[in-house]
Amino acid sequence: MGFQPIKFYQTGTFTVGNRLLPPEQRSVQSGMERANALNSGHRACQGCGEALGARYAIDAAMNASGNKLIAVNATGCLEVFSTPYPETSWQIPWIHSLFGNAPAVATGVAAANRVRARKAGLPDSEVRVIAQGGDGSTTDIGLGCLSGMFERNDDVLYICYDNQAYMNTGVQRSSATPPAARTATTMPVGPEPGNTFGQGKNVPMIAMAHGIPYVATATVADLRDLEYKVTKAMSMRGARYIHIFVPCPLGWGSASNDTIKIARLAKETGLFPVFEAEYGEVVNVSKIRQRQPVEDYLRLQRRFAHLFGKKARLDVIERFQQMAEQNIRNFGLLADEKVTVGFRSSEHRK
Amino acid sequence: MNKPFAITLNVGSSLENKTGTWRTFRPVYTKRLSPCNNACPAGEDTQGWLFHAESGDYETAWRHLTQENPMPAVMGRVCYHPCEGACNRGKLDSAVGINSVERFLGDEAIKHGWKFAAPAKESGKRVMVVGAGPAGLSAAYQLRRMGHQVVIFEAGPMAGGMMRFGIPKYRLPREVLDAEVQRIVEMGVELKLNAKVDNILTTMKEDKFDAAFLAVGAHIAKRTAIPATESSRILDAVSVLRGMEGADKPMLGRRVVVYGGGNTAIDVARTAKRLGAEEAIIVYRRTREKMPAHDFEVEEALQEGVMVRWLSTIKQVGDGGSITVEKMELDESGKPVPTGEFDTLEADSVILALGQDVDLGLLDGVPDLTFQDGVVQVGDNMMTGYAGIFAGGDMVPSDRTVTVGVGHGKHAARHIDAWLRGSRYEEPGKAELANYEKLNPWYYTDADKTVRPMLDIIRRQSTFDEVQGGLNESNALFEARRCMSCGNCFECDNCYGVCPDNAVIKLGPGKKFEFNYEYCKGCGICAEECPCGAIKMESEAT
Repeated sequence: MGFQPIKFYQTGTFTVGNRLLPPEQRSVQSGMERANALNSGHRACQGCGEALGARYAIDAAMNASGNKLIAVNATGCLEVFSTPYPETSWQIPWIHSLFGNAPAVATGVAAANRVRARKAGLPDSEVRVIAQGGDGSTTDIGLGCLSGMFERNDDVLYICYDNQAYMNTGVQRSSATPPAARTATTMPVGPEPGNTFGQGKNVPMIAMAHGIPYVATATVADLRDLEYKVTKAMSMRGARYIHIFVPCPLGWGSASNDTIKIARLAKETGLFPVFEAEYGEVVNVSKIRQRQPVEDYLRLQRRFAHLFGKKARLDVIERFQQMAEQNIRNFGLLADEKVTVGFRSSEHRK
Repeated sequence: MNKPFAITLNVGSSLENKTGTWRTFRPVYTKRLSPCNNACPAGEDTQGWLFHAESGDYETAWRHLTQENPMPAVMGRVCYHPCEGACNRGKLDSAVGINSVERFLGDEAIKHGWKFAAPAKESGKRVMVVGAGPAGLSAAYQLRRMGHQVVIFEAGPMAGGMMRFGIPKYRLPREVLDAEVQRIVEMGVELKLNAKVDNILTTMKEDKFDAAFLAVGAHIAKRTAIPATESSRILDAVSVLRGMEGADKPMLGRRVVVYGGGNTAIDVARTAKRLGAEEAIIVYRRTREKMPAHDFEVEEALQEGVMVRWLSTIKQVGDGGSITVEKMELDESGKPVPTGEFDTLEADSVILALGQDVDLGLLDGVPDLTFQDGVVQVGDNMMTGYAGIFAGGDMVPSDRTVTVGVGHGKHAARHIDAWLRGSRYEEPGKAELANYEKLNPWYYTDADKTVRPMLDIIRRQSTFDEVQGGLNESNALFEARRCMSCGNCFECDNCYGVCPDNAVIKLGPGKKFEFNYEYCKGCGICAEECPCGAIKMESEAT
């Protein structure tokens, strides 16, 4: 069974909490005792989706692990804005090494934990390990280390906060940047303005292809789903991967107050399929609740501004719509549709 | 600056870094006026009492409600609920069944015997109220709460006014009305029945009243000159409906024609049907769209077999009940004009429902009053031209509904109270309206309105049992929770959750939230994602 929404309680599971909900049905974020793992005073921009997503995820993991958690951070915005030496916003043990080696460092931390546990006569370590990074460190620079960690099935939950470009160095393209998007390295000039169509990587699918125990995607627009997935991942051992969609007001040229709205539209248009997979097989998808055209999503972001206005590129917008349609077909994102993607080759892992 | 090499910051937590200085706009918690509250003629805090009903605390909800209106069980039956017409949820799926929840609360109060508290202290002032209808009872209740001695003079044999003598039993069972009147009397309000006031100034002087509130209903039927023979039986709707309260029910015959298009015409036609008339035909000069009666009542009447002759006027009532009807048509401006085509109808009685007037006899000899269109003029403070005499309900210019009457009574009471103390009651300013655009409706669960059960059609045609049923505990709770709490925080924790900077402090159940402006960067996500529009962004520039 996947994430179970609360059927009727005025706002159900859509809001963070609700005064009418019994305590066991409340989110981690609604609690006065939440860990606030990423504390106030961090230097993320106004309306930062990554800061929000990181606190959602790590607080949920802290809750699931009884606060016994170590985080390994790749280089990126999250690292830079949270920990300008000698200050830190992290309220958990936290380590940063290089841009691309976070999965390998996390493997090492997990191995050390296991040794300590065995010396203490325990079968497994109580202290759990999370590795986290942005899309640059995950999909480009650290992909080799990540693939190795998946392949060895190390006991690490890797979380990618995907804001679709290298933001802290000045918005350069990554392999997670969507087509047509303007970045510092893909300017909106020429007949095919912005980032090229047909390139880029789908790391959740790459992770699934490794046949690891758990792969999931989530957005900052659906907290309850995100917390459910982190909690579920923390209940498992082995390599796990969660890919969280986090809008970036600075890099995307969106209003700081639209961060959650944009994430919601990414899911509701079908551009970002939200699902979970076990051992290479999709087991649940979050259905689209109120289907929206891709224009509604694109229009809020200045990185797509060259698709609108006097010289509107309706053809490009149509290609986006086709991408959404393909996701909707592949993942069965509409009610009563079935999933048609997945890998069924990892029975041996179970 | 005694720091190690390459270090410019103090070692420690990022809490040292007060990011609140980045802010150009600040979020502020606000209370906006919900459209239901704004639309209520009785000034009920609908959203406020629904908030308590949502948590199942019906007594608190009822006590909150009755601060504005002492008769929710009546109102939950007879009010035309403009609140539901204004409800923002109507733009999402269907309006919250506010009226049905109100009725549920009123019925709970009667079932459990909840009483009004006696006033904390006596003011020593005496106020007389003329008329025990909705306006008079509402004023008496409010004045008594404020500690004044109140005596109601009611000309009729029973309290209730038009609620008893105008609204049929099948819409308002009398035991419900009696229970709510009795609760007001039990607060220490003196109710004098069969006590018609002939001259207001004399009564005030003799009984030493400091002020008076007049709420005489419109009990006199308007007549129109229809040529008729001696033997024809022409009645008026007010007398027919009043007659229903006596021991001898009116004799209307087998075929009844009702002339008029208001709610009273519908009421009397439905009453005729229940008294055994085989035919009850309403003759109305315009079309259904133009009919002043509420459409749901027209619909209910049609379901019960009442027939309507649209675009028709009665020209003559002849011998043996033969009625000559002229067909009308609408001109370009929508006015009905005669066509010269005639038709005849057979009827044992003709009932005129052409509107009502107020008997203003008690005001004879009172100086400085102004009258217009058969009603007395009052100021914003509900006071007539004569100091100390206030008026409300059907006898002042207004829509003639129970809800308006209750609102008049409440407003007049507040102004009377202030006047007695030699001051003036100032209406609190209205907050900004929480219209649909201020909400983020994504967050509300999909939930359609609960439909109240209706009495089966056979019993509706033959008995005076209540047509519309009420909600039970579980569906009343469901209905209350459909409320979106427009403009008022209902503690959904969204702001607390969605802040990327932990700059919202949760104060605990019932205490709501506070912003931590030391760290709030002013991104505005909280205001954008607040479902009910209870956060606004203000510029830091000012």
